Amino acid sequence: MYACQEETSIKLLFTQGPSITFRLVLLVMTSILLMTLDQRQQHLKTLRAGLSLLVAPIEYLADMPTEIGRWFSDSLQSRQQLLEENTRLHSQNLLMQTRSLKNADLEAENRRLRELLGSSFKVTDRVLIAELFQVDLNPYKHLIRINKTARHGVYLDQPLLDAFGVMGQVIEVLPSHSTVRLITDPGHSIPVQVNRNGLRTIATGTGKINQINLPYLPNNADITVGDLLVTSGLGGIYPPGYPVASITKITHEPGEEFSHIEAEPLAHLNRSREVLLVWSGKHINKMKLHRPSVKRLKEGNDEK
Amino acid sequence: MKNSKHQGGWLILLSFIIALMLTIIPFPDAVKYIKPEWSALVLLYWCMALPERIGVGIGWIVGLLLDVLSAGSLLGQHALAMTVIAYLTLNLHQRIRLFPLWQQSGIVWMLLNLYQLLILWFDGITGQPPKGLQFWFPPITGMILWPWIFLLLRNLRRRHKVQ
Repeated sequence: MYACQEETSIKLLFTQGPSITFRLVLLVMTSILLMTLDQRQQHLKTLRAGLSLLVAPIEYLADMPTEIGRWFSDSLQSRQQLLEENTRLHSQNLLMQTRSLKNADLEAENRRLRELLGSSFKVTDRVLIAELFQVDLNPYKHLIRINKTARHGVYLDQPLLDAFGVMGQVIEVLPSHSTVRLITDPGHSIPVQVNRNGLRTIATGTGKINQINLPYLPNNADITVGDLLVTSGLGGIYPPGYPVASITKITHEPGEEFSHIEAEPLAHLNRSREVLLVWSGKHINKMKLHRPSVKRLKEGNDEK
Repeated sequence: MKNSKHQGGWLILLSFIIALMLTIIPFPDAVKYIKPEWSALVLLYWCMALPERIGVGIGWIVGLLLDVLSAGSLLGQHALAMTVIAYLTLNLHQRIRLFPLWQQSGIVWMLLNLYQLLILWFDGITGQPPKGLQFWFPPITGMILWPWIFLLLRNLRRRHKVQ
């Protein structure tokens, strides 16, 4: 077996066009060129989009086992369970509706007051439910994939929430999916403020799924364990007022200028299956631009 | 190319597709950091078995697909690493083939380490190199799995007369 293969390989290896070394050098140069272009500029968007279409079937296949598992657990629930869940959701819904009644009133009041102040602040944001792709990405980067794309009006840097808090921002919009960087990614920072007193700072990801750090607060900053951090709206990416994390630990290093402050994200970063895309501020109009597809969006919402 | 003698390309393609799928299929959190580089292992096998057919070009293409699949990596990052290990395997294939399996595993481990090193290098250049020793676990898993992958793919190749 080996012997016969050896023959063919010897025969063919040297009758092929350019030598392997030449090809290696060529391909390595191409890779370096691609990487440089990819990092420095945005020229490769179309190439990436094209390639992503090519691998989309693989992604769907990889996502399938989880999808089937979900389908089974969904369809095999007992009547009793469903009834219980239904009652629970009903009461929850009632509660929420009552709360939102009050909310509407408060919102109107807020708008009136802001109008008095001459501010053009808009309270309402538009949201759209997206679903996660169950795929494993690089374990060292906290990225997730969602099933909404430019077709639905998703734009670069768009914030993503779940029912409990801010999850992250969109970093890549491809034809088949969008990629989101979570707030715990080591390369991510989010401008926040302490809800209690409005103290502004920046929270950076740590690479741990349950921790973000506040590295830029001096030792005398007014902050305590349990404080709620909300988005401050600075930076223009995250709309203001959404909950981000709660402070879990504060350590003052005697020799250091800044205290070491840890916080735990409120969003269920590794558990949520459905997430919310938010259009706010000037981007609301962006979604309106996609008006023709709003109907499709609604359908998309319904089928989830 | 001399296609007349080549056959069973579908098996090669299928093995790469499965490898790419295994890369992104969700595994339990416990094995998140020790998942081997499936595509690299499959590429190494085919480079060893059919060096006249699978080489740096195929490695580059698979690497590029891997770049798109694994979000957050630069376009060309995995491609470069795959190309380099494919090149080394092509140069060494006649020697590696004669090694006993455990010795082959050793070589595979070294090649996979080189692969990780190249990835780490470019991650470092772009800002966030992963920290911790876990980064070096996948090559070890790859080394442990190599004999099985090798035997499996060899059986498939012989049965379907891929050449």
